[in-house]
Amino acid sequence: MPQAAVEWEPVIGLETHVQLGTSSKIFTAASTNFGDEPNTHIDPVVCGLPGTLPVLNKRVLEYAVKAAMALNLKIAQHCKFDRKQYFYPDLPKNYQISQYDEPIAEDGWIEVEVAEKGKDTYLKTIGIERLHMEEDAGKLVHAGSDRLAGSTYSLVDYNRAGVALAEIVSKPDLRTGREASEYASEIRRIVRYLGVSDGNMQEGSLRCDVNISVRRGSDAPFGTKVEIKNMNSFSAIQKACDYEIKRQIKTYESGGTVLQETRLWDENKQLTKSMRSKEGSSDYRYFPDPDLGPIEVSIELQDQWRSELPELPSAKRHRYAKELGLSAYDSRVLTDDSQMASYFENVVLAGCDAKLASNWITGDLAAYVNAQRITFDKLLFLPEQLAELIQLIVEGKISGKIAKEILPGLLEKGGSPKNIVESQNLGMISDPKLIEKKIDELFSQFPNEVESYRAGKKKLQGFFIGQLMKNTSGKVDPKLANQILSKKLNAN
Amino acid sequence: MQTIAQWRQKLLKGEVSSLELIDETISRIESIDNTIHSYLYVNKDKARFAAAKIDEARAAGDALPPLAGIPLAIKDNLCTQGIPTTCSSRMLETFVPPYESTVTEKLWKAGGILIGKTNLDEFAMGSSTETSAFGATANPWNVSRVPGGSSGGSAAAVASRLCTASLGSDTGGSIRQPASFCGVVGLKPTYGRVSRWGLIAFASSLDQVGPFSNNVEDAAELLQVIAGKDPKDSTSLDAPVPNYSENLSTSISGMRIGLIKECFDQEGLDADVKESVLKAAENLQSLGAELVEISCPRFNDGIATYYVIAPSEASANLARYDGVKYGYRFEEVDDLASMTAISRARGFGNEVQRRILIGTYALSAGYVDAFYKKAQQVRTLIRRDFDNAFKKVDILLTPTSPTTAFKSGKNHDNPLAMYLSDLLTIPANLAGLPSISLPCGFDPSGLPIGMQLIGNVLDEPRLLQVAHQYEQSSEIMKSAPDCEFINS
Repeated sequence: MPQAAVEWEPVIGLETHVQLGTSSKIFTAASTNFGDEPNTHIDPVVCGLPGTLPVLNKRVLEYAVKAAMALNLKIAQHCKFDRKQYFYPDLPKNYQISQYDEPIAEDGWIEVEVAEKGKDTYLKTIGIERLHMEEDAGKLVHAGSDRLAGSTYSLVDYNRAGVALAEIVSKPDLRTGREASEYASEIRRIVRYLGVSDGNMQEGSLRCDVNISVRRGSDAPFGTKVEIKNMNSFSAIQKACDYEIKRQIKTYESGGTVLQETRLWDENKQLTKSMRSKEGSSDYRYFPDPDLGPIEVSIELQDQWRSELPELPSAKRHRYAKELGLSAYDSRVLTDDSQMASYFENVVLAGCDAKLASNWITGDLAAYVNAQRITFDKLLFLPEQLAELIQLIVEGKISGKIAKEILPGLLEKGGSPKNIVESQNLGMISDPKLIEKKIDELFSQFPNEVESYRAGKKKLQGFFIGQLMKNTSGKVDPKLANQILSKKLNAN
Repeated sequence: MQTIAQWRQKLLKGEVSSLELIDETISRIESIDNTIHSYLYVNKDKARFAAAKIDEARAAGDALPPLAGIPLAIKDNLCTQGIPTTCSSRMLETFVPPYESTVTEKLWKAGGILIGKTNLDEFAMGSSTETSAFGATANPWNVSRVPGGSSGGSAAAVASRLCTASLGSDTGGSIRQPASFCGVVGLKPTYGRVSRWGLIAFASSLDQVGPFSNNVEDAAELLQVIAGKDPKDSTSLDAPVPNYSENLSTSISGMRIGLIKECFDQEGLDADVKESVLKAAENLQSLGAELVEISCPRFNDGIATYYVIAPSEASANLARYDGVKYGYRFEEVDDLASMTAISRARGFGNEVQRRILIGTYALSAGYVDAFYKKAQQVRTLIRRDFDNAFKKVDILLTPTSPTTAFKSGKNHDNPLAMYLSDLLTIPANLAGLPSISLPCGFDPSGLPIGMQLIGNVLDEPRLLQVAHQYEQSSEIMKSAPDCEFINS
């Protein structure tokens, strides 16, 4: 009898390039602004003019070290820059200043929460091999083709050349497309929390390359590795991995071999296609850059930078669930964006119940923020004001309905909900005598319905409440009104 | 001979105006530099304009900076804003830098006037100024001889009085060897003492800018102006700049001067050179210095080490010349790879291509350990030899070059023989030490002989002191042979 086939195990690692959000480039003062006219953010250093020299931007070092700390990497006390040599016109010096064998940080990890519809959410620790600093290249624009080959001529834009990058290399710990995309989005969340990058994938400030192979079971040696590029969303990462896993398994099962190559994700066709073979890979002739001395980050400086780190998303998620009693889902949504999380924390700090705050923030407020394309810190409706609004409902001063009605105005201009409720006389009617009087008026208005109710048509209670709300512009306390109404309807 | 101090006196007394001095220099260049060919570019109009402004300021009674009105020549691998900077290469024939090198900026701030850009071996790679794409420079002492290199133009211009002083760059001896061949003073400062911003890189870990002058005082004065930390150069040293002229006149009595045994035992060392330098040593002894024989066992490994490290760095430094952004581009091709390859093949001369190939090879996978990394290890050992030597002595003494100026064309087909002329200067670059060459005699054919003094890191003050004391005591300048180019 043939042995049952061992399950295929995918092995995935990610190389993530994060543009560090300094206002000037890694080795010169030229601006890093995105989206401007070609070659407007260049200077003699960016263009590699003869006689120019690089000088490390100290803020780049700070951002890289802070990112490394947040990824639990060990910071090297000494490291250096190397020259990675290859000829390409987007690289002004025809070498890239990077870090080869002595990166600024090595050996770390992050925890990701892997949540997928219809599956159990689980936590997974992903190892991180290293983080190093390097300069970005420029961009080629090809006339008559999307590639250099086949174009009639090409233009080069050096605006991006020399922008600081942190390259973060994961260990091959990822096993599914979902894990890969969760890992990448956690990296983005972390760099955004730190404020060291905007992590914008569309603009290329966060770029992921995937290395992926499959093997027969977790003890088998690694299979042939394929690199996938050109994914500019997290879902593209997931889909590209899932596609590639299937493609490789299918290739092996039909007796074929997987080639060591670089493939591109085609977003339109939703598949990966071969770009170039990796065999006979380039010799980059790395050597230490003699223009830049060794980099030393003293323990004192490390301590200072460590003390400036904010609470990171995974710590927040745990705290929200544990200390505030929120669901894993709510914790995850609230912490996805550090501005949202900080808004939420301020609402809770103002004395509001966490669950109620969470509902309002992830619901109406998030919808407004997204629609306006702003962030929570730009909201004119302040956290204390939301807390006040929620408090008015909790105390029975206004109904939820009224709250929703005054919310659009509050979101637009901010202001004290209490004052608005008072000035517009929106306070809830919760005086039993007054409610009783209103119900009496209703009964004399709808005698037939009263009779039908008493004859057993109990559903009509809703009708009376609706009418009552209508007559009081929704201001009557619904709980109290229901109590009194039942009592009166069932009185005889 | 006219030194900076002498011109300054004349200018101050009004015996000559700045404009007259510049005009006189220009007319001398026009009359004799077609034979010497020390200049690639003469900065006539701007120099006259600058001189006229200084004369105005002087007439108005303004206080003038130390180098006011002094005509200075600059090696053409130092970027000068708006003025062609070619590195003596077809590749950069049309290159006009949009920025000024830090050293020249400092000179102009100190009142110095750029009289012209001087010839060099292409990209400073060579020891004879014969690899220049724009023609060789002749030695003013004997025009059939080379001026040395790579800063041959800057050395010849000072020697033939076509400027008062000049700047060169020294990667393996490119200031000291031509200074020795041309009978002038040439100083290579401690690595990092002087900014490299605007110096077109050959080998970044070895390159250093320094002055050529007619005496040690002038060298000290120029170093004073150009030295110091530059925020634009991470490798420049953040050490205070001492007063380099202060101790020149102090006696060297009790100073310990080491004679490096390995240098004097050289097979290729000319007897005349050896004799002359040993005589200079005796002279120093008579000034009260103590002579000590020193061994630097790795000294002679310097040349092999250098010819791995320097080409390796050069192969990367020169990769930017690809025809894409500036400089020479071969247009008649349809694809990028050919454009770059042919632009480089035609834009660079043979010696530059040779060194790029050596460096590319030495850094290639499979060879980098045996060559580049091994060379770095030997470099450390050479530095250690010097560290040990400086525990015993204050200053080291060697000949600058094993020979006097050789005949033009002599080493054309023999790069190794050419490389050997830097045998004695290279170790100071590898160790980053300050070193000076100054004239100490003439060979029987009347060619100058240079002696080299090497100091410890940042010990330029004592280096200059010993050099100055020697210069004052020797008859060398007084016994200068009759040479029409120099004396006319």
